[in-house]
Amino acid sequence: MTTSPGPTVVDFPLRTPEEPLPLSQYASHREQSGLVRSYLPNGMPIWLVTRHEDVRAVLTHPKISANPDNEGFPNVGATMGVPKQDQIPGWFVGLDSPEHDRFRKVLIPEFTVRRVRDLRPAVERTVDERIDALLAGGNTADLVEDFALPVPSLVISSLLGVPSADRDFFESRTRTLVAIRTSTDEQRATATRELLRYINRLIAIKDKWRGDDLISRLLSTGQLSHEELSGVLLLLLIAGHETTANNIGLGVVTLLSNPEWIGSDRVVEELLRLHSVADMVALRVAVDDVEIAGQRIRRGEGIVPLIAAANHDTEAFGCPHAFNPERTERRHIAFGYGVHQCLGQNLVRVEMEIAYRRLFERIPTLELAVPMDELAFKYDGILFGLHELPVRW
Amino acid sequence: MRVTVDRDQCVGAGQCVLNAPDVFDQDDDGVVVLVTDEPGVQDRDAVRAAGDLCPSRSVTVHED
Repeated sequence: MTTSPGPTVVDFPLRTPEEPLPLSQYASHREQSGLVRSYLPNGMPIWLVTRHEDVRAVLTHPKISANPDNEGFPNVGATMGVPKQDQIPGWFVGLDSPEHDRFRKVLIPEFTVRRVRDLRPAVERTVDERIDALLAGGNTADLVEDFALPVPSLVISSLLGVPSADRDFFESRTRTLVAIRTSTDEQRATATRELLRYINRLIAIKDKWRGDDLISRLLSTGQLSHEELSGVLLLLLIAGHETTANNIGLGVVTLLSNPEWIGSDRVVEELLRLHSVADMVALRVAVDDVEIAGQRIRRGEGIVPLIAAANHDTEAFGCPHAFNPERTERRHIAFGYGVHQCLGQNLVRVEMEIAYRRLFERIPTLELAVPMDELAFKYDGILFGLHELPVRW
Repeated sequence: MRVTVDRDQCVGAGQCVLNAPDVFDQDDDGVVVLVTDEPGVQDRDAVRAAGDLCPSRSVTVHED
């Protein structure tokens, strides 16, 4: 009697300082069977999904869930888990349709292409203020700490209607949440509590004195409880912060290496695809036996779709590792796919475009202050990015 | 070419509006609306791209 060979088993994607985004591992998985078996650091068996087509199939499958309450949901690390509804009600990226849709529908009007276009002057002002601060501080900076992180935090706080006087508080607490390397679990838990307390106070104030801001408008819909609303706001804040910052930082490095593209708005989509900062964010679990690309995935098995692997799939993109803003393939899934696709994606595009444009217009002599091979890339979290970006001008 | 949209399924990502603004729009609720259901020749590639990019598969392109 013969048994059919089991699926290929591979090490959990080993991200190292030398290869923080392990594209060569991803390429060999794609070439083998696309879907490969692996084990999380905690010993839990999971499926890694690496092909563009398969990742899209997983992220739109009705029997594959984003809800961490389901048994087998992958938890890729203590500080990176998806909060459950009893921990943070309103954290709707951890809900499936139709429960998920109530939250998404209330928020869509805030992030339409038109609404985001109206936000451009505010984004431009925020970017320019940060550049003013850079220039006032001398001729060197850490572009992550001094520019890439504060810009999205300040944009979100102005969108939410956080009063100017409180933006430093808001920014400092969000910074603690991001600093996985230098802050402790306890410091991050404290920062989350303080942010939630602040957000709750803001909701109470806006409830009494409505204004022209996102919180006031969401309150006026009457669709969310105050508790759900505070979870939603924390989610917007966290989801839009480090991801955007990583895109800004990495994008500056890639543009400095490809200076002929500085000043072009066409670079944004290609930078999103190339860097795929949210590589390991879209975690899932099968809630029934399903088949993806001919492979049976059993109910209760965890699935880790690798966004960067999909965005570097040679079946979907010619010469995928090359930075080529002129490429005609528009199918990247840097913002995910399916009903959870990034709600704020059009705001991120505007932030990236304005950040690069103003930075290089106002500081044309901007350059790295360390050799390229000494840059500290993030390899120890679920996101790809830079810990710091020393620059001078 | 004809195009149809499923407004109930739409999640308002805006990819269609971004790629083919002469064919798709979003209403005040952020949900997709068609500017025209018969895109002109110049918009057809963008409409096909929109159909492929729509994350909730709410845009269907009929190549008659």
